[in-house]
Amino acid sequence: MLLRREVFAECDLDRRDTRHPCYVTGDVLEAQVWDMATDPLIQVRDVSKSYDGGRSFAVRNATLSVAEKVFVSLVGSSGSGKSTLLKFINRLVQQDSGSIIVGGKDTLTGDVLNLRRSIGYVFQNAALFPHMSVAENIGITPDLLGWPAARTASRVAELLDLVELPRTYGSRYPATLSGGERQRAAVARAIAAYPKIVLMDEPFGALDPLTRDVVGSTYRKLHDQFGFTTMMVTHDVQEAILLADQIAVMNSGRILAHDTPQRLSENTIPEVVALMTAPRRQAERIRAATDLRNGHNAHE
Amino acid sequence: MNERVADAIRLLPEYLTQHILLCAAALTLGILFAIPLTIVAVRRPRAGSWILAAASLIQTVPGLALLALFYPVLVGLSGVSQMLFGARIPALGFLPSVAALTLYSMLPMVRNGVAAFTNLEPEVIDAAIAVGMTARQRFFRVEVPLAAPIVLAGIRTAAVWTIGAATLSTSVGQTSLGNYIFSGLQIQDWTSVLFGCVAAAALALGVDQLLGLIETGLSRRNNKLIYLSLIAFAVGIGCAAAWSIGLRAPGYIIGAKNFSEQFILAELMSQRLHDVGATTQQRTDLGSTIAFQALADNEIDVYVDYTGTLWLNVLQRHDQPPDDAMEKELTHSLESKYGVLLLGGLGFENAYTLAMRREQAAALHITTIDDLARHAPQLTLGTDLEFLSRPDWTMIKNAYDLKFAATRQFSPTFMYRAIQDGTVDVISAFSSDGRIATQNLVTLVDSKHATPSYNAVLLLSPRKSKDSLLIKALTPLIGHISLEKMREANSMVDRDKDKATPFQAAEFLAQAIDQSNQR
Repeated sequence: MLLRREVFAECDLDRRDTRHPCYVTGDVLEAQVWDMATDPLIQVRDVSKSYDGGRSFAVRNATLSVAEKVFVSLVGSSGSGKSTLLKFINRLVQQDSGSIIVGGKDTLTGDVLNLRRSIGYVFQNAALFPHMSVAENIGITPDLLGWPAARTASRVAELLDLVELPRTYGSRYPATLSGGERQRAAVARAIAAYPKIVLMDEPFGALDPLTRDVVGSTYRKLHDQFGFTTMMVTHDVQEAILLADQIAVMNSGRILAHDTPQRLSENTIPEVVALMTAPRRQAERIRAATDLRNGHNAHE
Repeated sequence: MNERVADAIRLLPEYLTQHILLCAAALTLGILFAIPLTIVAVRRPRAGSWILAAASLIQTVPGLALLALFYPVLVGLSGVSQMLFGARIPALGFLPSVAALTLYSMLPMVRNGVAAFTNLEPEVIDAAIAVGMTARQRFFRVEVPLAAPIVLAGIRTAAVWTIGAATLSTSVGQTSLGNYIFSGLQIQDWTSVLFGCVAAAALALGVDQLLGLIETGLSRRNNKLIYLSLIAFAVGIGCAAAWSIGLRAPGYIIGAKNFSEQFILAELMSQRLHDVGATTQQRTDLGSTIAFQALADNEIDVYVDYTGTLWLNVLQRHDQPPDDAMEKELTHSLESKYGVLLLGGLGFENAYTLAMRREQAAALHITTIDDLARHAPQLTLGTDLEFLSRPDWTMIKNAYDLKFAATRQFSPTFMYRAIQDGTVDVISAFSSDGRIATQNLVTLVDSKHATPSYNAVLLLSPRKSKDSLLIKALTPLIGHISLEKMREANSMVDRDKDKATPFQAAEFLAQAIDQSNQR
């Protein structure tokens, strides 16, 4: 559904300096483009955030709806505002204007601690508490919620199984784990207290490509199994295509498009096209480089 | 040599326990002050930079000066407290030492604290927020444990500094391991100096290791190590406190200034009091003016001072009455103004005088200060640390119109070294100093009587001025120590070879006094 068409100036996607706003040409789509049986679980309504008193915006007039049990990936270059948008949801960052509705309630009116304890959050570098054992890390939210120790312990054991870590890891410290193992523990920590929503900020970005895919698909299984509603920030379109049901493309604080990967690949906004064709271009480049090298070899 | 070590070990329990209690108090207070200061500095960076600047500034003040500065402050506070509550707070000893050391310990603790809390990994703090911790939970469950190792490293640095700097507290009348160093330096007893240094270093290392154990315990999350270390601290401090309580309430506190003669006389008085079954404690290495103030404030009970010093410094008189009249006037004025009892003269004089190497004096034909005045512009004067600021010097200088090519200040031990090796030509000497004879020096005659006489007199504090046991024990000393015997006793302690301890020299003097009393 086309809402309006705007003509924007050309700009550099990677520019973080947004004092001179840069625009792109394209269609601004309404976020809710698919059929929805129920009210969306997360609604982002015309939200803006500036860190410099309004001269530039990290997020500008963003509107987005995420239905229950959907896996949405926020994609965009660095500085596009995707992480900030994610942090609005559990109020790690507070928006200047607009509102965030989670489960029918405005996040600014409810109790922030309960909000955060009911939402899982996975950081890029796992951000496990280094002075706590893996088990204590995973059990932190249940502990804060006042669960009995025995219940927390059995939940931790269950979670270690779910994220495919040996149970003996519970007594180990984060520093003794590999990057992939740490990220699995971080996922376990995020989902420990049965959240309905899981937010992930570049969760697998620091892992090597192979590990990334393995840990990513482990999480996708959990997402399906437990019916999470997941928002995942990534700059890796391939990862988004692999894991997510929907992709929201951000640039300069704005949401340019929000759709299924399938339909996004037919989108005509240059920024979206650039992002969506990046993997294809990479494959082409690899082929070209291989050809070139082979060519040289032939000459020798 | 063994005897000197044995002598040092005899004093160790008292010095060590005092040192431990002093450092424990200073570090505990330091930590208590550093915590809120660190929190303020972390929350308000601008205030933080002021706090750190102030802590750094304090660190630049030499330890000795910082201790000395607290004396007048506490004297002032003492006056205020007397006006308000009718009770004086002690301006000497424990309080100024604790105050100065507390300030001294602050910088490493606050600096490390600020560094620890401002350099926490932001993502981990975000994670603490994201899992739904309250600010309080975040502080105690995440920030404090993560900052702890660096904070503890700061405490370790502060502990080592404080234990080292605490040796300086001897100079404001607080007993510490510094007594070995200060006294040893005075009487050139290097065994004692070394003993003091080694003891302080060993204590510092031990405490550092115990704190290190806590650090290891924290990082390995081994509570046993932490408890072990805390128990060791508790036992150490507890034993020191128990010992010092057992030792406390000594019958008499004997003061001494910072040179050999005073140490010997203090030992002599101790021995006499022990003979009549009394307990004593010595506060040595007091500065000249501090000693009288301490006596007037009842912080020490008895010490030996000199008539000229009391005349000039305490009564601020510049006239020159004959010895008898001066002593009578002193007895009267000290009693009426301060309640101090002048028990009597010991029988010898220890005047400030000028001394030269015998050969040089002979070569230049100098026997009097008058003769010296003619040659002074080519000569270098070496003095102890207080001579140049004493009225005696002004009087001599004005009376003889003395002008030296240069003047240099030393601690007494090094002043005698300097005259011996020719670094200086003339020194300010004490007439009873044993080194005048042993180093072949001559004292120059004060033909114009520019300075008052310095007869050694026994002074009793207001509180003990009617104490019959004390008076009875010390009265036999009055008039029975001759200049020769005092010089001999002094030289026993000051000579390089076959050195005696002040304790041994006091025993020698006691024998001489007994003989003289029998006669």
